[in-house]
Amino acid sequence: MATPMIEFKDVSKRFHDKTVLERVNLQIYEGEVTTIIGLSGTGKTVLLKHIIGLLKPDEGTILFRGKALDKIRRRDLPMSYMFQGNALFDSMTVYENIALPLLETTRLGSSEIKHRVMTRLEQMELTDAIGKYPAEISGGMQKRVALARALVTDPQIVLFDEPTTGQDPVRKNAILGMIAQYQRTFGFTAILVSHEIPDVYFISNRILALYGKQIVFQGTPEEFEDFDHPFKEEVLHSIEGLQKELTGLYSRRQFKLRYHGQLRGGAVGETYAVVVFSLDGLDTVAARLGYDAAQEALRSLGVFLDKHFGAIGGFSTRHSINEYVTVLPTTDQSEAEGIVREYIHDLQTQEQAVLDIWSAVQKQSDSDECVELTMLAGLAAGQHNEDIDAVIERAKQRLQVVSRIRCVNQGER
Amino acid sequence: MAPEPNKEAESPRIPGRLLAEPFAMTGRKVIRWISALGASTIFLTLGFLRIFRPKQLMKILEQLYLIGAGSVPIIMLVGLFTGMVLSLQSYHALVKFGSQGALGTLVALSLIRELGPVLTAIMITARSGSAITAEIGSQRISEQIDALGTMRIDPLRYLISPKVAASLISFPLLTAIFDVIGIIGGYISGVILLGVNAGTYLYRVESSVDMKDINDGFIKAIVFALIVTTVCCYQGYFAHMRTDSYGARAIGRSTTAAVVISCVLILVADYIVTSLLI
Repeated sequence: MATPMIEFKDVSKRFHDKTVLERVNLQIYEGEVTTIIGLSGTGKTVLLKHIIGLLKPDEGTILFRGKALDKIRRRDLPMSYMFQGNALFDSMTVYENIALPLLETTRLGSSEIKHRVMTRLEQMELTDAIGKYPAEISGGMQKRVALARALVTDPQIVLFDEPTTGQDPVRKNAILGMIAQYQRTFGFTAILVSHEIPDVYFISNRILALYGKQIVFQGTPEEFEDFDHPFKEEVLHSIEGLQKELTGLYSRRQFKLRYHGQLRGGAVGETYAVVVFSLDGLDTVAARLGYDAAQEALRSLGVFLDKHFGAIGGFSTRHSINEYVTVLPTTDQSEAEGIVREYIHDLQTQEQAVLDIWSAVQKQSDSDECVELTMLAGLAAGQHNEDIDAVIERAKQRLQVVSRIRCVNQGER
Repeated sequence: MAPEPNKEAESPRIPGRLLAEPFAMTGRKVIRWISALGASTIFLTLGFLRIFRPKQLMKILEQLYLIGAGSVPIIMLVGLFTGMVLSLQSYHALVKFGSQGALGTLVALSLIRELGPVLTAIMITARSGSAITAEIGSQRISEQIDALGTMRIDPLRYLISPKVAASLISFPLLTAIFDVIGIIGGYISGVILLGVNAGTYLYRVESSVDMKDINDGFIKAIVFALIVTTVCCYQGYFAHMRTDSYGARAIGRSTTAAVVISCVLILVADYIVTSLLI
């Protein structure tokens, strides 16, 4: 495996008599999204502040590209930090907040600084807020300003401390979606801290679990699903609660449990159907109408999926950031095709609901942008002794366009 | 057989500890004060040295406007009435000895040597010092100072140094304004309202004030500037370290502490500097 970008070796930290981190060992790799999960108050922020250098370990070593972090000058560390409470300067405008690190730490001319700040403002859809103070803009916009400030110096690593705290479920996913998209666009290494994990699985390459002052798990989200530890039971309740609240669907763990309970023990020769639904164009929706609109559309379709297939004994989960998987037990290929056709017919009514949401967003932002969301569906039949992931893969290979949801311009309505 | 515990031997320890506790508490407080004194001296030194770093000019000018120019009206008002009341009180005392002609001397020397630097420093503490503590404290509590650190901006250079520089420039200038307006106040009260001869008053002011008096006043103003800026910035900067309160209440208590400590230290320093200069 590659050399870690950041490595903790037996790091301990105490505040007076209270030990927060005890012999913590972890690795963070370049170009990945790594999420540190754990219950509230377990020292995740303390861990993050050690990486940026705001706190020093009492014992142990932190390495950056194999070199001790405390031996590296702070100005040579290409890192940015996004605070839980944003930490924007409330006496400065949005523009001044974003320009501050460039003004104070570089020798760039004012025109170059202006160009860079304006580029970030446009990328973050903040041009309307340029002269406003943080108190005059919404919480979601403040997050984007904080992200713009963190990214304006083109850092190689961005640390996010509880970026979704205090947001409603839809906005939580909107923010995580935004982080994932910008990480893909700018290629930085992202380190997130979270104690609420609705969508973290879908944007993270690696998960680190902090429990009992130590890192008890390091690995991929898929590996975490098979991780057997009391920690998991403690956090899963909140994860699954949020997942259900967000999409109306099962979490992946619940989905697999039901699959194992209901299908794996079936009679030989009995089949079931797996339908994969994929949404194309979510990024465009997010870029033009905002992340909230994209997440609202996703949630709305998820709820409808659950309602439709749940009524006939099917169960669904969100499989990736833009994919749903539905299992129809004791259903063969032809029956499943009929059911999906009915679903697509019924979806027309749900499309109207999605359009209404977009229309409201358009009105709010005075935007006449019109975007298209494409739904694809793929169907495959599986045997009861077959691994569900293989069936899902087969279904994904058969994806074809089944519906296009297109907004209507203000003038056309 | 186990020996009986010696109750008489243990019991005298309790009053002993009770007697020792006030001394121990005093010792702890003294150690805390000495630590704070050492920390604030280092804080001031680091803040002062960073004045000479690049990109500081605009920030110093901004602080000069806030601490200096913004305080001019209140300094003029306080200076005017201080001079007037000083003249009024002194006139009635001097007239008993037939020495009302010395009113100009008394008003000018009192203002330039003592009242000007002290009252100016106290007024700036009340107006700008409290604002400095509240502003820095609020930035500390809302993690803005930590944010500066993560952006690789030195918080001492960015926040503290411009205030130190602006105070060092503002205090002597505001003291000079206070002195001049105070002498004018004395003129209004003594000459216009109480009938002291104008020529005598002005002649006494001019003849009795030496350059040393003015320089001593400026030295005091500079000492007070260092005290007020250090105390007010320090209290705000470390508002999160308070053990008696947190959050907004910590900012409130730090602001109160900054004003009280500054005022007390101004008066203590006034005595020490006077005794050294006299």
